[in-house]
Amino acid sequence: MEKAIDKTGVKIGMWIFLYSEVILFGGLFVLYAAYFHAFPEDFALGGKELNRIFGTANTLVLLISSFTVAASITAIQQRRKGLAIGLLVFSLLCGLTFLINKYFEWGAKFHHDLYPNSDRLLDSDPGFNIFFGLYYTITGLHGLHVIIGMVLLAISLVLVAGNKISAERYAMLENSGLYWHLVDLIWIFVFPLFYLVL
Amino acid sequence: MEQVKSFYETPSPAGLTGIKAWLLTHDHKRLALMYLWAVFFWLVLAVFLGMALRLELMFIGETIMPPEIYNAFFTLHGVIMIFLFVIPAIPAIFGNFFLPIQIGADDVFFPRLNLFSWYLYMFGGLLAVISLFTGDGFADTGWTFYVPFSVTTETNVSLTVTAAFILGMSSMLTGLNFVTTVHRMRVKGMGWLQIPLFTWSIYATAWVQILATPVVSITLVLVVLERFLNIGLFDPAKGGDPLLYQHLFWMYSHPAVYIMILPGMGIISEIIPVFSRKAIFGYKGIVISSMAIAVAGSLVWAHHMYTSGMSDVSVFVFSLLTYLVAIPTAVKVFSWVSTMYKGSILMTPPLFMALIFIYLFTVGGLTGLVLGAAGTDIHVHDTTFVVAHFHFTMFGGTGFAFFAGLHYWWPKMFGIMYDFKKAYIGSVLVTVGFIFHYIPMFILGMQGMPRRYYDYLPHFETGNFLAGFGGILMVIGIMLMFINLWASFRVREPASADPWGGTTLEWSVPSPPPLHNFVEEPKILEYPYDFSGVLARAAKNKG
Amino acid sequence: MNEHESEHILSYGFLAQILGGLVLLTAVTVGVSYIDWGFLNVPIALFVASSKATLVLLFFMHIKYEGMVIKVSFISTMLVLAFLISFTFWDVAFR
Repeated sequence: MEKAIDKTGVKIGMWIFLYSEVILFGGLFVLYAAYFHAFPEDFALGGKELNRIFGTANTLVLLISSFTVAASITAIQQRRKGLAIGLLVFSLLCGLTFLINKYFEWGAKFHHDLYPNSDRLLDSDPGFNIFFGLYYTITGLHGLHVIIGMVLLAISLVLVAGNKISAERYAMLENSGLYWHLVDLIWIFVFPLFYLVL
Repeated sequence: MEQVKSFYETPSPAGLTGIKAWLLTHDHKRLALMYLWAVFFWLVLAVFLGMALRLELMFIGETIMPPEIYNAFFTLHGVIMIFLFVIPAIPAIFGNFFLPIQIGADDVFFPRLNLFSWYLYMFGGLLAVISLFTGDGFADTGWTFYVPFSVTTETNVSLTVTAAFILGMSSMLTGLNFVTTVHRMRVKGMGWLQIPLFTWSIYATAWVQILATPVVSITLVLVVLERFLNIGLFDPAKGGDPLLYQHLFWMYSHPAVYIMILPGMGIISEIIPVFSRKAIFGYKGIVISSMAIAVAGSLVWAHHMYTSGMSDVSVFVFSLLTYLVAIPTAVKVFSWVSTMYKGSILMTPPLFMALIFIYLFTVGGLTGLVLGAAGTDIHVHDTTFVVAHFHFTMFGGTGFAFFAGLHYWWPKMFGIMYDFKKAYIGSVLVTVGFIFHYIPMFILGMQGMPRRYYDYLPHFETGNFLAGFGGILMVIGIMLMFINLWASFRVREPASADPWGGTTLEWSVPSPPPLHNFVEEPKILEYPYDFSGVLARAAKNKG
Repeated sequence: MNEHESEHILSYGFLAQILGGLVLLTAVTVGVSYIDWGFLNVPIALFVASSKATLVLLFFMHIKYEGMVIKVSFISTMLVLAFLISFTFWDVAFR
């Protein structure tokens, strides 16, 4: 007996999973809030070490990729398979760009002796060390989620190409999209909290 | 009458045979039983660990183990009991088996995710076992893994907390599954206020599993990161605040105790009406109080931290909020007792165990008030008073609810009945042993004996000896109870579809149920605890 | 159970408008960060970030067009997070 798939139920399940991810990052935001309260000047100093251009670029990259992912769903709904594939490929490239940027960013910080347990951090004010501790933890966890998101989008891409995702049945794409948007959402908050601290 | 094939004879997906019919199953009932056997294993192991601890403590100085082993044992006892027994047991076993049936569904919403949750549970347990034998030995930090010790100790903390992380994922995904199931798979005609109270309790619990577990997940990740990278997020020398670890830890671990107790309360809410032949008193009150406990219980975590050095303001605020949580809990106790008032009581092992639950849990809850009030807590914090409190609630409470659920639903799950007399004797032994075991700990705690200590001052020896004696009695009782259940498989006295006279949907299907749970369209009662039909049938049989 | 689910299709133009709004807000938040607003720095930054997040949630993530279950549970999750952060301040802010 082939039961009709309850799309709303699948969606509810995915949103519930997203809630758990929100709270997962939320724990780190608890730490950020408490430590920002304790070390406002050190956090501002730490923020100055970060490259605002890189951060803004990464923000724009993720925003654009969210657009292209959302558009790919419209494309599938309109049965424009080629367009959907193109948009997904572009989204994946955006993700890759983000990761490459992050690689260079982190590399630059390491070069400036700003990594967990570096001499410079051990010698500087405690708040400055905490700022970078949180920076690496949060952006690291976020980067991991970018990778996971890219894997989900890649799987969706393959399924679209193989006609397993179609206008009648695109929950996988929709849910991968939701995950990707969550990754974007988290960065929307990470960006000002780390790069735009005065 | 045509014999319907039970789910034991019908694998799902179809075509699977042998062990694969279990290890690859999508059937919520098979998964429930797979959880049951795993849980039994962990429970028995943790009980013996606890017994070893209490034997060590019966006499001053070294009795049967050196201090390092003692530290590892109480950590292991706590980790196993909490993450592998008390948190998962009732939702994963009875929630899995009965939630779908109670709402008239044929399975949970995501059956394959359900199977995955079981594998996560088994994998987490496996990691915990492995961490016993690798590296410098099992973690000796206590199940709370407080920094700085959890970051600096050379024992196997990383592996242990990874196991806990995996188990948390299993819990979270189970909660996700149950919420979606309750929202989308209720049979036509069953509104929210017609859902049985056990399902309601699992639903409330599921939200806490979903929203609270990720906090401990990230906290445990941070412990591992600190151990490997020494970032300093909790190290005062590097700007960190160790109290923030405690905040994050208890943000989960306090709601976790509600994950532990709410399903147990759900079981009691099922049992009491059936054996009082009377509708539950205050159905809506129990529903609202369940959700209220889930919500309010998430706002009181820092009552574990009164003596930690946190601000006086927070001590006051969290103490006040803690007292508020007691209110919805009390609502339930009043409702159960009011249900029995002027009811037609039928004594059975499930009811007996439910009554013991009410008594022991109430004592546990009341002692919680001593701990919740900051002034008195300062005197008993980190003493054996706390140990007694949480054993009264988690063992006297959830433990006995688990036993009650086992004895209530055993005939349904297996189609066989057990010996009542041995069940009663086992329960009495456990209870008497329990009282002798834990009451001394209250007194010792008030007299100043710290918890988790390997050795103690001479004037504490009598209490500890008495506790040990009670413990032995308790363990004998548990063994008797379990052996009695095991014996039911050999005697194989068949049980009917409805041996108790229940009104919820699981009693309208065969014992054990068929693969898709229902033989005919489920008939929804206007009110889930309407015993008029049961009473009418009983009167007809008598007349 | 045959449920009529609205296949709500968002046009490319509409999605692009949302992206435009997000880019604009990003420019605002970056621009504003070059000026010191004192203790308002953080609230302003968070307000802009929340506005951007709202756009992503409502339209890219489609939550505007979802049912009550998702809407209510999402807001509840955010409330839980708000409580976790704010209640920590009972301690941190009064030490």
